[in-house]
Amino acid sequence: MAKSYTPGLLVTRHKKHRCMRRLPIAGDVRVSVGDRVSADDVVAETALPGDVNPVNLSNQMSLPPKDVVACMLKQEGEPIAKDEPLAQTKGIFGMFKTTVNSRFEGTVETVSPVTGQVIIRGAPLPVQVRAYIGGEVVSVSEHEGCEVEADIAYMQGIFGVGGETHGPIMVACDSNDQVVTPDLITADMKGAVIIGGARITVEAIKKAQSIGAAAIISGGLDDEDLKSLLGYDLGVAITGRENLGITVIVSEGFGDIAMAERTFAMLKEHDGHEASVNGATQIRAGVMRPEVIIPLSEVPASERDADSESGELAIGRTLRVIRDPWFGMIGEVSALPAEPHVLGSGSKARVLEVKFPSGEMAIVPRANVELIWE
Amino acid sequence: MDHPMSQIDPDQLKVILATDCGSTTTKAILIQYVDGEYRQTHRGEAPTTVEKPFANVTAGVLNSVSEIGELAGRRLVDDDGHIISPATETEGCDIYISTSSAGGGLQMMVAGVIAEMTAASAKRAALGAGSIVMDVIAANDGRRPHDQIQRIRDLRPDMILISGGTDGGTTDKVVQIAELIAPAKPQPRFGSSYEMPIIYAGNKEARDAVSNVFNEDGFDLQIVDNLRPVLERENLGPARDKIHDIFLEHVMAQAPGYEQLMEWTGAPIMPTPGAVGDILQTVARLQGINVVGVDIGGATTDVFSVFDDTFNRTVSANLGMSYSISNVCAEATMANVLRWVPFDMDERELRNHVKNKMIRPTTIPQTREALMFEQAVAREALRLAYKQHKEFATTLKGVQQQRTVGDTFSQETGGMTIVDNMKLDLLVASGGVLSHAPRMHQTAMLLIDAFEPEGITMLAKDSIFMMPHLGVLASVHPQAAEQVFERDCLVYLGTCVCAKGTPKPGKTCFKYQLSGDCTESGEIAGGELKLINMGMDDHATISVTPARGIDLGNGPGKKVEGKVRGGSVGLILDGRGRPLSLPEERAACQKTVQGWLDSLDVYQEDNEDKSTEPAGA
Repeated sequence: MAKSYTPGLLVTRHKKHRCMRRLPIAGDVRVSVGDRVSADDVVAETALPGDVNPVNLSNQMSLPPKDVVACMLKQEGEPIAKDEPLAQTKGIFGMFKTTVNSRFEGTVETVSPVTGQVIIRGAPLPVQVRAYIGGEVVSVSEHEGCEVEADIAYMQGIFGVGGETHGPIMVACDSNDQVVTPDLITADMKGAVIIGGARITVEAIKKAQSIGAAAIISGGLDDEDLKSLLGYDLGVAITGRENLGITVIVSEGFGDIAMAERTFAMLKEHDGHEASVNGATQIRAGVMRPEVIIPLSEVPASERDADSESGELAIGRTLRVIRDPWFGMIGEVSALPAEPHVLGSGSKARVLEVKFPSGEMAIVPRANVELIWE
Repeated sequence: MDHPMSQIDPDQLKVILATDCGSTTTKAILIQYVDGEYRQTHRGEAPTTVEKPFANVTAGVLNSVSEIGELAGRRLVDDDGHIISPATETEGCDIYISTSSAGGGLQMMVAGVIAEMTAASAKRAALGAGSIVMDVIAANDGRRPHDQIQRIRDLRPDMILISGGTDGGTTDKVVQIAELIAPAKPQPRFGSSYEMPIIYAGNKEARDAVSNVFNEDGFDLQIVDNLRPVLERENLGPARDKIHDIFLEHVMAQAPGYEQLMEWTGAPIMPTPGAVGDILQTVARLQGINVVGVDIGGATTDVFSVFDDTFNRTVSANLGMSYSISNVCAEATMANVLRWVPFDMDERELRNHVKNKMIRPTTIPQTREALMFEQAVAREALRLAYKQHKEFATTLKGVQQQRTVGDTFSQETGGMTIVDNMKLDLLVASGGVLSHAPRMHQTAMLLIDAFEPEGITMLAKDSIFMMPHLGVLASVHPQAAEQVFERDCLVYLGTCVCAKGTPKPGKTCFKYQLSGDCTESGEIAGGELKLINMGMDDHATISVTPARGIDLGNGPGKKVEGKVRGGSVGLILDGRGRPLSLPEERAACQKTVQGWLDSLDVYQEDNEDKSTEPAGA
């Protein structure tokens, strides 16, 4: 029988992790190989070309476009301040001149004799790239960026909103199946990465937002609550640029669902430790999942170095069902029938048999499970 | 890249190998000349290998071709990993051809002076060439210039098409558009050494001025004939051809392994949707029919139409069944989705289900209820995609109309949709939710509910998503492509005969009489659906007499005669009226929909899977 591989989300107590920090356009890299950096350190910076502001002088001065060039008080390449005269008509016998002042600060980039349009380029926009995780710089690409490496504990979530942030881990729930309600969020969690258990309510997220928490991680979230948080109904799972002031990550999915026990236990072990968090999710070819990265000061001896997020289905493997009617339930593979099975929907699909902790058995399409690392 | 297509003698092509390199799967088919006709004989597929660790598209191609070789007992790949050509009795092929949408396909930005005129023509040219249009910039698009520039900066297109002005028309507006694009310095998707290709297909008198604007590093300006030389006529061919050339020379050349692949192919590699459009146009032309094709995927839905030789294609970027399922529910509204579901569902739970499908797009419905819900979403996705298509596929806007006294009461203007469901002869479905529905009756019902065909329309599905391969084959050997399309590509579901108008519930909507392989007569009441058993090879003549106010093709109340063919579903007689309306009240709506599903035996009762009954879960 052919081997069958099934995706899963990576949760590991130790892995060596490399993080690429790259500028959007060429610039200066501020670190060298071997440097130790912390999450907030600037590793590279550049300046993006400033905003482009077109000004139609032909219209404003009621002149044919070709006459605009001769009226320019500032030539191409010259800087100009806001409200400074940009162009002036010749007037009649030197009188009744029309002057146009610049509404923008910047540099005159082009003056078009065809359209009478002037382009004023604003001041360059500084762009800084920070290290994001604490670790060692292991490679530098000149003018582009660098790679930071660290021994970390790692948790991949299923969905998130909000971008990169960092802070100390603070556990808010006693167990992985406790719903995160506003009363569990306290003022001392300012700047923290809050760890919840099961579903997180929008009221709890808003409270965390108001006290200035960096991020909040939990098992599930109601779609209604996500809509209320974002202010719109999310159509496609491409996130990370929301300006919420907080990053939210769910580990399992939408609905009433508890964080996997092992994930909760691992995060709890790191209570008080610094963590870097990114909610950016892109579910397209080249999928990107949200993540929690906890740099380790000591490398555990017993944990293996996990580097893969998928594995071979085999009898005895632990899995999570990711679609109804057993959505969210965790069990063990008890059989892997080779022949396709006719489902209740009428479709034929390859399936597996799963045994839940209660002893109940079920037949589930292989497409509807994901492996859980142990 | 030059391909020796002119040297190809179609009559010498007896063994044809074709691949479609998709984003996730490379699908290969073998077409052979058997007993005097071309037939698709074998197929194979393998994961596409543009990503690491392979980072070479040819690996996936060779894997899929090797699979065909094993199935066909024909050696197609030699020991050095090359496709064997020309063919001998036992090995190789006479020509190898391919399409590609790997790496996200072709992504373009288009610009024109007037959104409804030259910019719309530019969009049609780009879509027709198989591109995804990321945005349309126009002088009158309602955005302020700095917002337009910011948008251009944010996009990372593979190329930009600029149109604007009829020949001899406006010059400064066209140059103004160019002056927005040049300082924005749009960054291409592929690396900093890549020069952004700009195709200029606007007013020929503005060519020099536009050249001056792009006369700096970072741009590769190509000038072709104006795509709207006069308001009354489009000339999209030169722009489309140039898009294909640049796609091959620039975009594909950046993708890993494509240079090698281009050396192997006997005809230029085409973008997948462009090839699908070409085969539908070829078939419509050769058979003299009007065709609509739809391909519904996880993220997007493509709709193609050919009406009276005019081809149109639209891509609904965020209407799909997995990545975009949440967007479909948001755009259509959950109430509209649920009107197709004949039982109660908890809306909060459903919303969570939809989002869970979005974040885990590869899961499949296990229960009948889950399947019915997904197919309800599919109806809305298809309905919205077709609506967008109808709005886009119009007669040319801006054309001066000559009116007579007789036109006084028909205030038709330019820009009317050319999509006419009454004139539609063939509706072709492809894409997972349609092609892999457990019962073909479900596919047929989805098509009828979403597209609302009128009069007599044949329904078919693309058996194994072979249309892209046949599209590129049509450029080499149109007859072979048409033969395979008719015999192997299409699986006929049957024919539907649908009444337009508002029939009275329970009263006669139309009477029918069948003669030929099937003889039957009767009448269909308003609101009724009926399925008549007609097998795959059954053909018949149908004579239909509609009630007053009901139209089946010859006008309200007028008798219609036409040919119908059977299929895996049969002949469907639809007396529900057009536009299709469902009761507002939830219980009545559920009862009505359940009645329709029962009439067509859409969901069989005998496939109950006992494993879906959780015992104490």
